[in-house]
Amino acid sequence: MTVNENLSVSSSPHILTKNNTRRVMLDVLIALLPAVVASVIFYGWRALVLTAVCVLACNLFEFGFTKLTRRPTTIFDLSASVTGVLLSQNLSATFPIWMSVVGCFFAIVVVKQLFGGIGKNFANPAIAARIMLFLCFATEMNSFAVLKDGVLVSEATPFTLSLTGAQPLTYREMFLGFHAGAIGETCSLALLIGLVYLLARRVISWHIPVSFIGTVALLSWIFGADPLEQVLSGGLLIGAIFMATDYVTSPASPVGRLIFGVGCGAITTLIRLAGHTEGVSYAILMMNLLCPYIDKLTIRRPVGAPKPPKPEKKGKEEAAK
Amino acid sequence: MRLFRMSGVHVPHRKNTAGAAPVRMPPPASVLIPLSMGIGAPSTPTVQPGDKVLVGQKIAEAGGFVGAAIFSSVSGTVKKTETYRDVFGRVVSALLIDSDGEMTPDPSLAPVAVSTAKELSDAARACGLVGLGGAGFPTAVKLAADPAKVDYILLNGAECEPYITSDTRTMLDKTDELVAGMKLLRDLYSAAVVVGIERNKPEAIKRIRAEIAGEEGLSVKVLPGSYPQGGEKVLIFNCTGRIVGEGKLPLDVGCIVLNVSTTVELMKYLATGMPLVERCLTVDGSAVAHPQNVIVPIGTRMRDVFDFCGGFRSEPGKILYGGPMMGIAVPDAGFPVMKTTNAIVAQNERDAILPDPTPCIRCGKCANTCPLRLTPFAIGDAVNKKDAEALGKLKVTLCMECGCCSFVCPAHRPLVQQNKLGKAILKAATPPKGGK
Repeated sequence: MTVNENLSVSSSPHILTKNNTRRVMLDVLIALLPAVVASVIFYGWRALVLTAVCVLACNLFEFGFTKLTRRPTTIFDLSASVTGVLLSQNLSATFPIWMSVVGCFFAIVVVKQLFGGIGKNFANPAIAARIMLFLCFATEMNSFAVLKDGVLVSEATPFTLSLTGAQPLTYREMFLGFHAGAIGETCSLALLIGLVYLLARRVISWHIPVSFIGTVALLSWIFGADPLEQVLSGGLLIGAIFMATDYVTSPASPVGRLIFGVGCGAITTLIRLAGHTEGVSYAILMMNLLCPYIDKLTIRRPVGAPKPPKPEKKGKEEAAK
Repeated sequence: MRLFRMSGVHVPHRKNTAGAAPVRMPPPASVLIPLSMGIGAPSTPTVQPGDKVLVGQKIAEAGGFVGAAIFSSVSGTVKKTETYRDVFGRVVSALLIDSDGEMTPDPSLAPVAVSTAKELSDAARACGLVGLGGAGFPTAVKLAADPAKVDYILLNGAECEPYITSDTRTMLDKTDELVAGMKLLRDLYSAAVVVGIERNKPEAIKRIRAEIAGEEGLSVKVLPGSYPQGGEKVLIFNCTGRIVGEGKLPLDVGCIVLNVSTTVELMKYLATGMPLVERCLTVDGSAVAHPQNVIVPIGTRMRDVFDFCGGFRSEPGKILYGGPMMGIAVPDAGFPVMKTTNAIVAQNERDAILPDPTPCIRCGKCANTCPLRLTPFAIGDAVNKKDAEALGKLKVTLCMECGCCSFVCPAHRPLVQQNKLGKAILKAATPPKGGK
């Protein structure tokens, strides 16, 4: 039997999905588009500049680091662009450009690349960078502004408003998002359009957003806060839809995702109600760290595998030792 | 009874060849009949180079209980024994037989009458029948089951692989034989006989339903239109709700699973005495000029079959035994059609090159589409670490290599290959069990 050099031989299967990582990331970018558009409408050109700078910086850092470490560059999978857009949407419209670049460096180089690049990061780069910026540049991160007659004017966020008890915004105002806040997180409508798109394209499953938002609403109601206000304010929607659902740092199984979402929601509500500050990013970061354990505990029992006889197995192992 | 559904993926059907009845191919100049064509011990040749053989004449004896006899598929002269490395990596022997072009049948062949399950099993052994769906498990071994233990006999007509329509054609063209086989199996084993057919074959479903109307114990189960409905465990689950456990056989849950074509072939043997010497197979793929179903003598080289189908439309980049989901790529078109070859697929050069894998992004799609609920991404971690203990816990041995995980992976990771590697690592680390 001869071997034909022109025939390739590989393991089955011999057809693959047309989907790929780049397409997944592109879908996330498309889903983020309404939020980006809303940010430009509400906060003017500076919001667009901030977004563009973050995307550019993230790609530059990703490209630079992979070049430096002599690995194939991964900017074409668009994951760095997603991180850039997400991070920029978490910033105030008045946030200094150079600080946002520092945030991008932290997200891409420290959180993502130093841990092995795409698929290996322990936390969502955008979330980790947002928290780092909060710790380093607290004043800038906490001064929010809104566009009034073409000028950005400092204003309190609905979240701070509700804490101080000063004239709260109507649900409609909060839903549409024309108020002070991080540029991408205020327009609930735009974020929900993104959610519908991601679900329709099957990029994400419903488990994390629903359990996350549901838990926040339920716990807020139990502890006497206004559930709808809690859901519409702060970074809950952008966090639950775009950040908590990051594949790498969220569990893979449906049950694991529900646990993850409930955990995120519980920690968020705890921080919000007890700590009187926004807790979404801290909640997601904490659950990111627990993700490997959730994954381990929620691995589905394969069909046909016997139920694990736990105590007996432990005894055997000890005997072997 | 069923608390969950088995997942799967939607693969392109590409059933281009379902419309026309198969064409019988004239005998090729020579056939190369491997002595190992499925699960079980290689067969022992009973002819010598130079011997004259007739169609249906035995040329090799079964190598053991799990094994099958082999019969000449052409009339002519045994030329020599050839040795080569087959697609499983085994070194196998094959008999090269020059055809005289006459296709003279062995005159001693005569119809066989059976009246018990034991006799049916013996008949399956006598005609060298193996599962024609792909795995090639000797049919006689399955049929040797104690009828008291058999609740269901499932006839697999799912044919879930893209391209392949040979079973579909068998169900449409040989409906009478199939239904006769169903009745025979029902009577001999006093079991319910169910034909499982994927819903994308409405004509076959309709025709068989019409034939078995009013018959006690015969039914058609319409299966969902997702891959892999034809996987044995998936078929058993979807038809009966029963789950075949780890290391267990269908018989352990009271089932015998036969392919529809295997059943028809068995009925053909009972009616004519002609053993398994030819089979219907689908020739398709992006490089094939005229895709169609062809009846070919076993041992015909793939090259000759493609030539019969008008050759190649474009230079083939990959040639497969079987369909694109589970088929095995061959290094040369000179490989022969075996008893188990239900299709040969030739992909053009563009389709043959798969995209390079990118890093796993842990999207979980592999785990969430696995019909058996395995966790391929975790298996991947364990394979990288060569962690046999973790592989054992993840039950990598259950993997039936259906290809769903690899198919859906957005990072195009070779997950099936990785699972195969995982099985090998686990096997190497597991001390062999003493005795049986």
